[in-house]
Amino acid sequence: MTLYDKANLSLVGVTLQAPNIYSLQLGWSELAMGALVVMLLVLLGVLLSLYRRVAAIRNSIQGGFDNRIRRQLSQLNGRQLDTVLQHKKQGGQKRGTLAASGKAVLLMMALLAGLPAWAQPDGAVSGIAWGSAGIVITLVLILIPVLCGLVLMVVKIRRTLTRYQRRQHSALADEFAQYLDGLTKKEELDQLTSRKSALDYQLTNTELAGDGDVHDRRGLVASASSDLNLPIAAPKKRAVRRPNIDSNLAKLVLWYIGTSAFWLLFGTTVGQYLGIKFLAPDADQLSWLSFGRLRPVHTNAVFWGWASLGMLGLGYYIVPRVSNTSIANLRHGWLSLILINATVVLGTVSLMAGINNGGGEYREYIWPVMLPFAVALVLTLTNFLKTIARRKTTEIYISNWYMISAIIFTIVIALVAYLPFWQNGLGEIIVQGYYMHQGVGMWFMLFTLGIVYYFLPQQLNKPIYSYSLGILAFWTQILFYTLIGTHHFIFSAIPWWLQTVAIVGSAGMAIPVVAGTTNFLMTFKGAWYKVKDSYTLPFFLAGIIFYFTGSMQGTAEAFRYTNLIWHFTDFTVAHSHLTMYGIISFLLWGSIYAVVPRLTGQEPPQLTVGAHFWFSLIGLMFYTVPLMYGSSLRGLMWMDGKPFIDSVVLMAPYWLWRAIGGTLMWLSHLLFAYNLYKMYSTDKQSNIVEEALEKLTGNDAQVTQTK
Amino acid sequence: MEFFNNHTKLFTTAFLFFAILTLFVVIIPAISNQQRNAELPNAVPLSEDARKGKELFIANGCVACHTQQVRNVDMDSRWGSRPGIAADYAGMKRMDIWRNTATLAGTERTGPDLTDVGNRQPSLDWNLVHLYNPRIVVKESIMPAYPWLFEYKTVLSKGDVTVTVPEAFLNGKGGKVVAKKEALQLVAYLQSLKQVELPGESRTPQFLYKREADAADSSGETTAGADGALLYANNCQACHQADGKGLPGAFPPLAGSPVVTGDDLSLYVDIIMNGYDARPEYGAMPGVGTMMGFSAGEVAAIINHERTSWGNGGKQVTTEEVQEILTLLETAN
Repeated sequence: MTLYDKANLSLVGVTLQAPNIYSLQLGWSELAMGALVVMLLVLLGVLLSLYRRVAAIRNSIQGGFDNRIRRQLSQLNGRQLDTVLQHKKQGGQKRGTLAASGKAVLLMMALLAGLPAWAQPDGAVSGIAWGSAGIVITLVLILIPVLCGLVLMVVKIRRTLTRYQRRQHSALADEFAQYLDGLTKKEELDQLTSRKSALDYQLTNTELAGDGDVHDRRGLVASASSDLNLPIAAPKKRAVRRPNIDSNLAKLVLWYIGTSAFWLLFGTTVGQYLGIKFLAPDADQLSWLSFGRLRPVHTNAVFWGWASLGMLGLGYYIVPRVSNTSIANLRHGWLSLILINATVVLGTVSLMAGINNGGGEYREYIWPVMLPFAVALVLTLTNFLKTIARRKTTEIYISNWYMISAIIFTIVIALVAYLPFWQNGLGEIIVQGYYMHQGVGMWFMLFTLGIVYYFLPQQLNKPIYSYSLGILAFWTQILFYTLIGTHHFIFSAIPWWLQTVAIVGSAGMAIPVVAGTTNFLMTFKGAWYKVKDSYTLPFFLAGIIFYFTGSMQGTAEAFRYTNLIWHFTDFTVAHSHLTMYGIISFLLWGSIYAVVPRLTGQEPPQLTVGAHFWFSLIGLMFYTVPLMYGSSLRGLMWMDGKPFIDSVVLMAPYWLWRAIGGTLMWLSHLLFAYNLYKMYSTDKQSNIVEEALEKLTGNDAQVTQTK
Repeated sequence: MEFFNNHTKLFTTAFLFFAILTLFVVIIPAISNQQRNAELPNAVPLSEDARKGKELFIANGCVACHTQQVRNVDMDSRWGSRPGIAADYAGMKRMDIWRNTATLAGTERTGPDLTDVGNRQPSLDWNLVHLYNPRIVVKESIMPAYPWLFEYKTVLSKGDVTVTVPEAFLNGKGGKVVAKKEALQLVAYLQSLKQVELPGESRTPQFLYKREADAADSSGETTAGADGALLYANNCQACHQADGKGLPGAFPPLAGSPVVTGDDLSLYVDIIMNGYDARPEYGAMPGVGTMMGFSAGEVAAIINHERTSWGNGGKQVTTEEVQEILTLLETAN
């Protein structure tokens, strides 16, 4: 059995139409067994329902006259009691006696007892190949009318039972009416009357509040609504007001986030177009838009534009906050913003013009283009360090550990990747492996973890579960992550020992990932109910789940055997989207939705935030799952030595799914941009209030002047 | 703890921890590897055209889809005759001050690996047509078209290399399609991509993870096991097409071809092994068999596949017959 065949057995449940894939093969015997089991289950269900029906009938007539009357009396509600009492007042006539016919229905029991006699005598004949197609078809053909007959019989029995039950009810009703009619004693009637008044009791709805007017003396009610319409989506809690942030810093943070959102839209528009090119390679034939040039435009724009700017913007908010002081140098913040944006603009144009660094992924910008970015990092580092140095707290909050280290490491990474001394021959490949993975793990991941350590406790309004776990994750992340670069070049000409070190490091990554995930999830403990009331927490939760699954998938991909199947395929693309999108982007969105309302005072429309969340989540699933599945098949095909072009044909449906998922993701970014716009644009109503107040105070001033 | 509350100590420690690990897993391995390896003695330096072609290869981001590394696993054996080694990359230096060393090893194989494409697909005609629009020759291909490497002329000048493009792919452009010098340079680079033979005394590294079937009959030559259809798809189909009809004006049809169905077996074998350029209306065929090192069994399998496909009804040949001719051809050369 080849590996290809094994995989076909295990990849169950999806119908494959592409050539060269075998669909799931079920044997006849399995089918027959399945059908038999289903039939038996149906039969069992029918028998159960019949039994319950009979039990109900027996229940209603059992227990003698007194019991029955007592039960029926206790079931009377206020209205029914009223009818009885009215009837009594009018001195209703006596009715004729009806004999209570309390016959037990033994007939049905007998019928049921006889049922097993019709059951199929299974496997009584030996020597027949029960699994062979002809026999199975014959058995199924026999079973169909038998089953129909059974269904018909059950229907008939139910109908007979229903008719009998109705007759029984009518007899019991007669009996009860006669009893009620016969009630004459005063005590009995009084009892009914008092029961009626007890049942009629109703609350006034003012027991707790009283009749006075409502006052919110402590200003606890943030938003009272008299709109009683049913909401389309569950309303979430509004952002809690916080002490005012320095408006100059707020402006800087908003500009970082605003430009990052622009690069998200731009970068993913390019990405979406690239996805379409897999399906329509002749969509255009322009050199500036050709696939090889646009692909790095996409990756670099979302890396250095969207994620980096977004992270740094949040960093400029967090670092002064947790240090309980103001930012050291605001001007350097603005300068960094301009420099990074300049890098992405210049990089985009130069890549499209055909000027690039010579091939390494995420290292496509040439060094003069990347230089402003590096300067911005140095400026930001000194800025943050100075801010931390003058902190008013004793401890350095763990967010700052992660974020500052991320910047320090990234400067090291950039130097290692762009200095020319060790980049000849194979050295370039060794550096490339290191660079592309440290860029992801030490820049984006480390920094974003720092952001989560601030915003997750803040949004849950409780401290992080364990500081120690955060510290453990920090040091183990440095230890293991630094080693894993070359796992992008397993089986290449890179020294075997270096590949092994990378694989061991990848396995070791389980420690920081499990520690981090545990820490975050345990912080949710006791506050899970807050998730449904918040429009930011779902982003954090999704991001944390992807942090675990995405990172552990990375570990799984690093092993030698999995490299055979998945390396060089689109599995890597799916993985990078699960991580860079599922982890980084989701966590950034959660944080942005948390921070912007408290900078501008404006909240986003909750409906479009919800739509953003679901579009991006569902889109990401549509993007990644088919791509991983198709890529696995592609890898197995390569291992099987099939012609290469067949594996291209094979991927077509999965590339289509990728484009569909990508469209949803792209739409969610439009919604994100709209939400940002709503948060950024100052609300007209509050402007009116402000203006009115200004007018008032202005009038006062005039009055005092004239006096 | 004092250490945790002192930002200088904390961040210096983190920096040193990271920097020292970096030194040991990147910088020292990168430098020592380069010091311990040199270019192979048989390596041919890039010609001026090929070097310019490489710059075009880089500029257009071809590495996004094409790797240039043969891993030491059996599934990669189709991309080269041996796994890649450090010496294969040792001769690569920075292209210029602006850009990094371009080993172009790549990380994504949306398209085929190109380490040995100069041996696998050496035909100038095919490469030009394929660059103009890959779907002319491989209709399922999703590779971008590069029409900006070509120009349209009504009057040809001396030395112009024309490309036969079917009407449907011309997008309404008139005149002859002529390869610009960039197209020729790019093809020159692709043609230069050949795995360098290891010097005689050195030990050839092995492919790992052999397929079970292969491992079983790795002893002795695979003759009966050679799959003619697969060999055809991997080595011949790009030009002669899956339907055997070729491409008018560029690649001759094999369906109904007198060479395929005729009796002159030595001519047939000779063409497969050493190429053919006897018919001016078609492009020149390179010596695919010699470049790919076909065994007699593989040649026989291809011949038998071609003789029994697309309505051809030629006589089947045996490995022994082909072997005889191969021996003759070798002595003749």
